[in-house]
Amino acid sequence: MAFLHVENLAKSYPGNDAPVFENVNFTLDKGEFVCIIGHSGCGKTTILNALAGLETASDGILTMDGREVAGPGLDRGVVFQSHALMPWMSVIDNVKFGVRSRWPDWSKAQIEAQAAQYLEMVGLGHALHKKPSMLSGGMKQRVGIARAFAIQPKMLLLDEPFGALDALTRGTIQDELLKIVQATAQTVFMITHDVDEAILLSDRILLMSNGPRARIAEIVEVSLPRSRTRHDMHHDPRFYRIRNHLVDFLVSRSKDPKPAGETHPPVVRPGETEPAPDTIAA
Amino acid sequence: MKNEHGKSLLLSVVLFALFIGVWFVATQPKESAQQSAAQDEYAALMGKGATKSGGFPPPQEIGKAIVTHLSDPFKDNGPNDKGIAIQLGHSLGRVGMGFALAILVALPLGFTIGMSPLLHRALDPFIQVLKPISPLAWMPLALYTIKDSDLSGIFVIFICSVWPMLINTAFGVANVRKDWLNVARTLEVRRLRKALTVILPAAAPTILTGMRISMGIAWLVIVAAEMLVGGTGVGYFVWNEWNNLALPNVIFAILVIGVVGMALDRCFAGLQKLVSYTE
Repeated sequence: MAFLHVENLAKSYPGNDAPVFENVNFTLDKGEFVCIIGHSGCGKTTILNALAGLETASDGILTMDGREVAGPGLDRGVVFQSHALMPWMSVIDNVKFGVRSRWPDWSKAQIEAQAAQYLEMVGLGHALHKKPSMLSGGMKQRVGIARAFAIQPKMLLLDEPFGALDALTRGTIQDELLKIVQATAQTVFMITHDVDEAILLSDRILLMSNGPRARIAEIVEVSLPRSRTRHDMHHDPRFYRIRNHLVDFLVSRSKDPKPAGETHPPVVRPGETEPAPDTIAA
Repeated sequence: MKNEHGKSLLLSVVLFALFIGVWFVATQPKESAQQSAAQDEYAALMGKGATKSGGFPPPQEIGKAIVTHLSDPFKDNGPNDKGIAIQLGHSLGRVGMGFALAILVALPLGFTIGMSPLLHRALDPFIQVLKPISPLAWMPLALYTIKDSDLSGIFVIFICSVWPMLINTAFGVANVRKDWLNVARTLEVRRLRKALTVILPAAAPTILTGMRISMGIAWLVIVAAEMLVGGTGVGYFVWNEWNNLALPNVIFAILVIGVVGMALDRCFAGLQKLVSYTE
């Protein structure tokens, strides 16, 4: 029994006859890290917002932990693309705002401790009382991550959290996120445009075809061991198999209309079945 | 940067000195041949000696008026001879009352309008029509219904302060970043807490701007209103001194109105700075 079920999800806007996406089906297991990749306009953010309860889908069923997802809730933590920190609150007050919402009965000291602990975890123990405007983009996004983690949600939703960061910062935060997720066994659903990021972080990658009438065209299982790191991942030949598969999809196959009626996307494991290293050299 | 400040300050002082100098020269009593013996005699008969009482008062007379008024600001010798501090107190009291009433109405109403696009559209025509009406145009209506000149003054201040505050509050509340509201939604923050901890601080700079504009208008309007209703206040003081043909006192009052207006504006600028944030 999977933790999250998405069945026949569709979204159409009034005035547009073609839905942005339709027949979207996938599941998430507890503790799983799943990324979703696709071109702009295929409705990734809408799917994430539907999971967050911020938007309602036009059709389909969403269940989490056996219950229907209706509206936003504290059981799901969201990290927004634009970090969405309140600029008039200090870093720790931003995190405390979430903690206090989650546990209204906690004492001030408890709330403070919880917030400080999670900020410490993302490496911001030294900047607790700074205003967000004094932080770099990467640090702001870390605060956003700490705020989402600090309420200990059942599932974490990340909307392209590192999209606006430079490559170096992005790498460091990816490592941190990986460490935290492995330590907490958090269930994560994340949108990204970065193929390497998806391979590094995910157990499975959902590939979306282009909209309108977008759908999940394929589910890629990442066959690399979970202990992979950014530093050694690219020495594994399977990495390139997966990477090429993803890039091929995005470049050429994402445009292909899928045969109607097929609702459950095929699961592929690039790299697992193919022969290893020697072909890479050739 | 510091040097720039010094330069601009120096320039201000020079300009001020120049202005006073020109004023002084332009208002010199004309001791020309036209001052005939007959005129001197007439002046003496009128008990004015040889000084010419016509013309615009020279700067030194203003200086004298400033010294006299500021040396006894709290005197109270009946309705036509009150110290400037007492008059200012009356004016500021009316402005304060009217302004406070305006806050009580504009903030909650602005919040409601800002959160509900439906209400915003429904009330917009009324606001657009009421806003450009000169507050003094309400005066007869206020005097007739309230039947109290003091309260009518307060009402006029209320009616002129309420619009900028209302419009800015509604605008600020309606334009709170969607992301912040989404954060509050995903954290299941209750309505009242959301209003106080997210919407209010987010909209505070815009609201304070509205209040600052309101205060500016209120201070403009109070002088005119007090000229109309009379009795007390700086507006009445100006009008009373005009009736006395005491121009130095009028100019003194003008200066005081300017300085107090600036001080009020500075107060609100400070408050604005307090609630502003950088994203």
